[in-house]
Amino acid sequence: MSDASQTAIEPEHPTETRLRVRDARVGDMSEVEAIDARITGINKPEYWARAFARYGARADRWFLVAEAEGRVVGFIIGEQRAWEFGSPPCGWVFAIGVDPGLRLGGIGTRLFAAITRRMQAAGVALVRTMLARDDALNMAFFRSQGMMGGSFLQLEMPLDDIADEDTP
Amino acid sequence: MKLQKATLFALLAVLELARDPARQMSAAEIAEIYGISVNHLAKVMRDLGRAGLVEAVRGVGGGYRFSGNARRVSLFDVIDLFGDIVTDASEMPGTAGDTEIARALGRVLNEVDEIAVATLKSISLATLLKNLDRSAARRMAATT
Repeated sequence: MSDASQTAIEPEHPTETRLRVRDARVGDMSEVEAIDARITGINKPEYWARAFARYGARADRWFLVAEAEGRVVGFIIGEQRAWEFGSPPCGWVFAIGVDPGLRLGGIGTRLFAAITRRMQAAGVALVRTMLARDDALNMAFFRSQGMMGGSFLQLEMPLDDIADEDTP
Repeated sequence: MKLQKATLFALLAVLELARDPARQMSAAEIAEIYGISVNHLAKVMRDLGRAGLVEAVRGVGGGYRFSGNARRVSLFDVIDLFGDIVTDASEMPGTAGDTEIARALGRVLNEVDEIAVATLKSISLATLLKNLDRSAARRMAATT
């Protein structure tokens, strides 16, 4: 998940009428990568090439971009997941990013609305995401879209804690 | 999670006023809606006024009006005004904190605290009120 900033609590209502949300194309990846790099400070060209190969133009996977005046100003990626620890099919959003200079213009809201419509059309009735606890901006964004704490808990463990007794 | 009365009253009052920032309400009117002590609420309103979240409107028909930025103020911000944020549960009484079991227990309690704080920080007054409207719209749609 791309971080955005740590200040805003909630975006403004959509105001950008010339905005168009569409499926990502391979030619968008340099602009997507640039937005992500501006947000995270890390250039990841290989990651974005792999992300497009995996999520671009695929059934039950959605890689969408927001385009304004001929340039990409935001992106969102998600997929359908099913039966993870008994969870019926649901939508997952695992990346969203908006050009930092265009925040609070409703671009994230338009992207989220578009991907959740695709998910609904694919037959799922619930959308999930997972965020860092201190990711205040994205947390506030998803909350403002109506998302709440869900019925699953995320757990983790450093792998150096694994005992090596079963290692051959 | 259990909040002190003053903190809970502050949240109720500030949300009630933020629902319609143009509206003025007296402490007595708010207290009546929520069935809470008007004297206790009056003290809470003064604290909210000092924090800039509400402003007192004097004269006939006076009362309080929301004066904060509902998009920028989180539930945590209001709770924090009253010093009622989640306590550091890892601090065990007496010498318990020096034991291995107390430290392990403290880590679990801290995990719960951190989730609670992250949740409260992520919900602005505007978001809570918007979700309230969404729920009302869904209920309305279900009955028509």
